[in-house]
Formats: sequence, C-alpha cells, structure tokens
Amino acid sequence: MSDKAARYAIECKNITKRFGTVIANDSIHLGVKHGEILALLGENGSGKTTLMNMISGIYHPDEGELLIHGEKVNIHSPVDSMELGIGMIHQHFKLVEAFRAMDNIVLGTKSKKLKDDLLEKEIMQLCNQYGLTIDLRKRVSDMSVSEKQTVEIIKVLYRGATILILDEPTAVLTPQETSQLFDILRKMKEKGCAIVIITHKLQEVLEISDRVTILRKGKSIQSVETKDSTAASLTELMVGRKVELHIERPEPKNCKTILKVVDLTVEGTDQNIVIDDISFSIKSGEILGIAGVAGSGQKELCETIAGLMKAKEGAILYNKENILGKTPSEIIHMGISMSFVPEDRLGMGLVASMGMTDNMLLKTYNDGKGPFVDRKPAKKLANKLVEKLSIVTAGVEKPVRLMSGGNVQKVLLGREIESGPNLLITAYPVRGLDINSSHTVYNLLNEQKSNHVAVVYIGEDLDVLLELSDRIMVLCHGKITGILDAKTTTKEEIGLLMTGEGAKEESDE
Amino acid sequence: MNNKDKTIKDPLLRIGKRSELTSKQTFQIRILAVCLSIVAGGIFIAMIGYNPFAIYATILSGAFRSEMAVQATVKMMIPLLIASLGVTLAFKMKFWNIGAEGQIIFGATCASFFALYFSNLNHIVLILLMMMAGVIGGGLWGLIPALFKVKFGTNETLFTLMLNYIALHIVAYLRDGPWMDPHAQGYSKIARFDPNAALDKLLGVQAGWLIGLILVIVLTIYLKYTKQGYEINVVGESKDTARYAGMKVNRIILRTMFLSGGVAGLCGMIQASGSDITLTTNVAGGVGFTAIIVAWLAQLNPVGILIVSFLFSVLEKGSSVIQSTYGLSTDSADVLQGIILFFILACEFFVRYRLIIRKKEGSKDGI
Repeated sequence: MSDKAARYAIECKNITKRFGTVIANDSIHLGVKHGEILALLGENGSGKTTLMNMISGIYHPDEGELLIHGEKVNIHSPVDSMELGIGMIHQHFKLVEAFRAMDNIVLGTKSKKLKDDLLEKEIMQLCNQYGLTIDLRKRVSDMSVSEKQTVEIIKVLYRGATILILDEPTAVLTPQETSQLFDILRKMKEKGCAIVIITHKLQEVLEISDRVTILRKGKSIQSVETKDSTAASLTELMVGRKVELHIERPEPKNCKTILKVVDLTVEGTDQNIVIDDISFSIKSGEILGIAGVAGSGQKELCETIAGLMKAKEGAILYNKENILGKTPSEIIHMGISMSFVPEDRLGMGLVASMGMTDNMLLKTYNDGKGPFVDRKPAKKLANKLVEKLSIVTAGVEKPVRLMSGGNVQKVLLGREIESGPNLLITAYPVRGLDINSSHTVYNLLNEQKSNHVAVVYIGEDLDVLLELSDRIMVLCHGKITGILDAKTTTKEEIGLLMTGEGAKEESDE
Repeated sequence: MNNKDKTIKDPLLRIGKRSELTSKQTFQIRILAVCLSIVAGGIFIAMIGYNPFAIYATILSGAFRSEMAVQATVKMMIPLLIASLGVTLAFKMKFWNIGAEGQIIFGATCASFFALYFSNLNHIVLILLMMMAGVIGGGLWGLIPALFKVKFGTNETLFTLMLNYIALHIVAYLRDGPWMDPHAQGYSKIARFDPNAALDKLLGVQAGWLIGLILVIVLTIYLKYTKQGYEINVVGESKDTARYAGMKVNRIILRTMFLSGGVAGLCGMIQASGSDITLTTNVAGGVGFTAIIVAWLAQLNPVGILIVSFLFSVLEKGSSVIQSTYGLSTDSADVLQGIILFFILACEFFVRYRLIIRKKEGSKDGI
C-alpha cells in the first residue's frame, strides 16, 4: 500500500491529441495520487474533456504516455479503462431510463445475474461504505438528476473503480445537492480513491480539491496546492492574466412594466404541464434573472413568449396587448427578441452552415420588396459586429459552425441587440464562454439595460445571477417558487427555492 | 490490476477526422478517385477477357464519334439533368424526395392527356399546355407526400417511394384500358402522339436540352439569391430555427415540394413528347433514382449537376456501344458502371475522414 500511495494513480506524460489541425491537447502533464481530489480547471475549449476522454478510452492519444498505477498502459476502449479501475461519470448520464437503479448498476458486468435480494444486499454494502443512499428498486425514469448521478457513481464503484473522473458533475445540481455530492467524494477520498473533477466553477474547486491542475488552450499550465490558492490566483492562471471578476450592476432607471405574464399555463408535447400557472412582470431598464435547475420550464417560457409554443391558459400582455396567438414573425416585429442558446449552441437562432452575413438576414430577409434577398446591409452589419465585438472569424461568409463558441454567442447576441428590441430574452448567453467573453456579454446586457430595454437573463451560475440581475425569479417544475431582490437574497435561499422547498406564496410587483 | 500480459498495440488502421480541406485538395481527391475507378474497372474488363484500353476508348468514341452519337448522348442527358434539378430543390430542404420517378411519370401522364385529346390545337399553345400539365401533375405528385408530412408527420421517404408505383400502375391501367391504341391490333400500347404534339428539335436534338440549360440558370439564381431560396436553406438546416425566425415552415415545405415535383413532371413531359413521342410505362425508366445520385455527386449545385449528368450520359451511351461492338453483356456493362460509381461515391468518405496507419515513429499520414 505504501508503495502504491507513493505512485500516481494516473500519470499523463506529454499527452497530445489533434483533431484535424486543431491541437486539443498539447503535451499535457498531469498526476493524481490515491486519496487525493484533483480539480482540472480550465475554460471551455482548453482540453479538459478531451484529456479525460483519453483516460477513459473514448479517444486515443496521438502522442505521449499514460501511466495507471505506475504502469504504462494503452487504453483502447472504455472496457480497457474499466478494467484498469477507471470510472468516468459523464455530464450526460448514460443510464437506461426504463430500468431500475440496480439493473443499471449491474448492466454490462460479466458476473452472473444474482437474485434481486442478494444483489441489493451486495450493492447496499458498497453504498454503506461510502455513505451513499439510494432506493435500488426505483426506476431511473422516476429519479431526480442527483439520484441519477448517485446511480452513476455506484455503477462505477460496483465495477471496482478506484479512480473516478467526474465531468462537470455540479452543472445540473442545486447548491444543496452539490454539497451532498462533495460529502460523498470526500468519503471516497478517505477510502483511498483517486478523484479527478472537471469544472470551471472556482468556488467548488476551492471547496473540494486538494490540488488543481490548470489547462489553458490545450496546455497544462501549472499544478498548484488548493490551500495556497485563491479565486483570483486561479483565474489568473486559467486566463493567463489578471481579470476583473466584478460585474457591474447599474441602478435601474425609469422602470415601466413592459411585459406582464398572467396565470400562464403551458403544456408540453406529451401533454404534461411544463409551465404551471405563473404570473410575473418584466420592466424596462431592469434585468430579470431566472434561476432554476435545468428543465424547470425556462425553455418553454422563452418559446411561449416568442410565439413558438402555444399556451393552454393565461395571457402574456406586452404593452397591454395580449401576444398569445400571434405568429413568431408578428412578435419579432413588435420588438421582442429572444435568443435562446441551447446546449449545442447552434440549435436555434443561428444556421450553422451559413456565414455571418446570411445569419444576419435570418429575421429580416423578408423585409424588403421583391423576390430577391438584399445581402448588402447584412454584410455591412456583419462587418460592424466583427469590429464592435471583436469577433474572431476567417471571414463573414465562412460558416458559423467553424467559429468558436464564444464568437458564435457574440454573433447571436449582437444580431439580436442590433435589431433594437424592447424586450431581450437571453437564455444561457455565456454557456461555454471563457471569462473574458462572458464579461463582454454582461457588459452588453448592462448597456441594453441602461437603454431602457427590458432584459431577461436565464442563467446557470447563481453567482453571476446574483451579481447581474436586479430581481431573480426562481422556477421549479414549471412553477414560480419565488421572486427575490437580487441585492438582498443569498445563494442558499435561491438554492432552496430551486428544489421547491421553502417556497413561499409567490408575490409579484 | 492484471493487465501485465496485455501490451496492447495501436490498432493498425484507424479513422480520423480531417480538418476542412481546401477546394483544391478536395478536387485532387476526386480526380484520384476517378483514376482509381478507371484502373479498377480496367482490371474487371481484363478479368472477363477483353482489352481494357480498347473498351475505354470505345466508350469515349461511342459517345462522341459522330454527330449522331453526340446527339444521342445529349438526348440521354436531358431527363437526367432535369430530374436531378428537381430532386435538388427538395434535398436542399432535407426533404428526402425519392419519388422523382413517380413525379416524372405522373407529369408525363397529365401532359399526354392533352397530346392525345387536344392534338388539333395550335402547336405552341398545345406544347405550353402540355408543359403546364406536366408541371402541375408532377407538382401535385410531390405535394401529396409533403401534405401528409406536414399534417401527420408521415415519413416522406416511404411515401414518395410508394407513389412511384402508383404512378407507374396508373400508366399501365391507361395503356390497357381507356388510352389503349385501337389501331395496335390488340397489342396494348398508347398511341403515338400526333406530330403536332411533339416537342420541336433544336440542332438535331429535342428542345429539352435548352429547357434544361435554362433551368440550370433559373435554379442557381433561385437557390442563391431569392428569399424563397434562403428559406429553403434555413428550413433544411433546422426547422426550429426557421420557426424562430418567423418563417411559415409548413408553407415552405409544401411550396418547395410542389416545385420539386413540378420540375420532375416537366421532365416527364419532355421525355414523352420529345423523345418517346408517346407515353409508356418506361417514360421515367429509373431516371428518377439515378437523379438522386447525380444530385448528391454534384453536391446539390445546379451547374455541377449539368456536368455530372453529362458524364453519366457519356458512360451510359458508351456502355451501350461496347455492348453492340464487343458483344459485352448488359450486365457486364452495368458492373463496370457500378465499379466506377462505387469509387466516386466512396471518395466522399475520404474528403471527410482519413485513415491513420500505425507507424513506429510519431509522424502519421493519411491517404
């Protein structure tokens, strides 16, 4: 054991991986010991996930050595990696929804299928060791996100994994669930597991990890002890220079209610209620933040306001006129702009195969007379945005799918702002952006706020929501569980409301 | 861990994604594919006991050796060109219209109605009327699956495919029943059109080639510079985005499928009144399917389609000549065509991916 502890559980030497001409990982060094939690920190596109995918056998490195438990290995498939005792917990869970927890746990293992009782006993024993609690007979489809994550963790432990890799595990969790997860991870650490946690949330890195390895642009920059680090020092390493982490919040001025949602109920595609009797209002010159666990009705709310989804009951009054039942193009021309950035970034709002110019045309192509599209103003606008927002692109006619995430977001948000909206709805506008680009986005939103635009900001990062918004509305299962003053509320309060606990009578205005 | 005995090597071959190639590199790969296909075809010819060089020379000379040969090649190209342009409209929208065959047949059927029963009209009026009938007939045949897709979410691939057979059997019914030629002594066929209903000839070939060329230009402009063309592109990329931009997606799908079917229907009219001068069950003769390959090979570019459909016709015409000159069976000619096509289609894989071969040293090259 003493011999083992001295060696690294995982050691990467000069790992390089290329995708075409893009170098995703450039001779990376990294080491994790047993009984240690290593945080892998880096901005999006810095190569964190690529590196972990190589360790878990999804990709194969082009160059470099990989040592597991001190021995050089060549991992070709997730099966190889599992045999080496490596377990990866992906951002998107890989569970069979129709199966029970225990079926998912044994799925794919080669051992003979045990009777339910015996199996349950065996797994429970494992759970008790690590302090995990779960109902093993519950179907995955009936589980909450954090329960599913627990199943994933048990799944890899059951296969004898002693090295655990978690890819952004907290992205889908409430603050309370996050601290539960961290308790579990600490317990695993005590048992001698080596844990790698991929994240870009600084607070969590400081809270949970022992050491931090920072990646930047595919290179491993440095490994530091967490106890010697601060949020500022880590950011500096991550970005490469000092960054102002503070977000401005100008006082809202001349607020006038511009949009009022009254008793809105919306049904989803399979007749389930996705928005449940909600009422709130949005004022010009303020930023209304919307918090909630992913899938709490944010997307549906956006789509209903934009006219893409039909409401079952209620009304949406825009300057006292009900916009329910209007077509998307009528709503666009009333000055309501919605930019929804889905997980894949390009799903809605931009056409991936088209260049910036053609994407500028998306909402205005039909404005001119005659059968032909007038591309001149669009091209001008595209060039203007490139300059104004310092968008990096090989040319305004090059397909936007070739651009990096940050630049794509700038194109989308830039176009929406240039259309001069009265109401700007942005969902996850900083998803996948580096710190600098994120701050550009915050500044753009604040600029709109001071121009008396009503801004709705749907976000994931509670810290940002607290700093940027004037009011925060919390959604849970399609219901409003609270509308809070961002200046006085706390992260914990929002966290409780996100889970639906501690909800008080909703108040508006 | 028990993996000491397992010194796993890199796999000998693996597939890696290429970075975006320049158009010059892409062009080089395609040329290489054409060369390889000729070599592979040559090996096949040699294996069945012929001289590959002679056969290839005959294919080329067969397509071009005389004015008549060239005219015959062009005549083969006309339906292929127009049908490919038709399916391109739908494919740009990612609507998998594999029913060009049926749209050609139904367009031809509608046009034939006027050719058979209104043959005493003024020639120009009659031809225009037949063209309109062809467009509307083909258009309706394209509109039906689109309508069901929009209303009920049916699968357009199966739907358009099935409509092919329906159109085919409508013609068979007309041939054996109402439209049967009474002067054919009981032999069931549809009467030859009155010369008045035949498409005029230009430079010795039926005028369809001119219509095809005009369509190439019109479609290039339509797809690239008009609002409707822009809409087709956006809907093809993502219906959600199109809805988000305020487009009336269903209307765009219906309109585009009408146009796609309409162009195919026009193709049917041209084939019936220009080449066959009658309506047979063979009016489309598989062109509607070959058109799909042509459209994709040309990357849905109308000018590209012009080139590819011409090359296809050369191959087709050349094969028919080697059949008659060398007594090579139809099947062997088909195999040869298949080999050549296989290489050309397979090269698209290498445009996007490369094979990485294991080497001792670090440098790795793909094909």
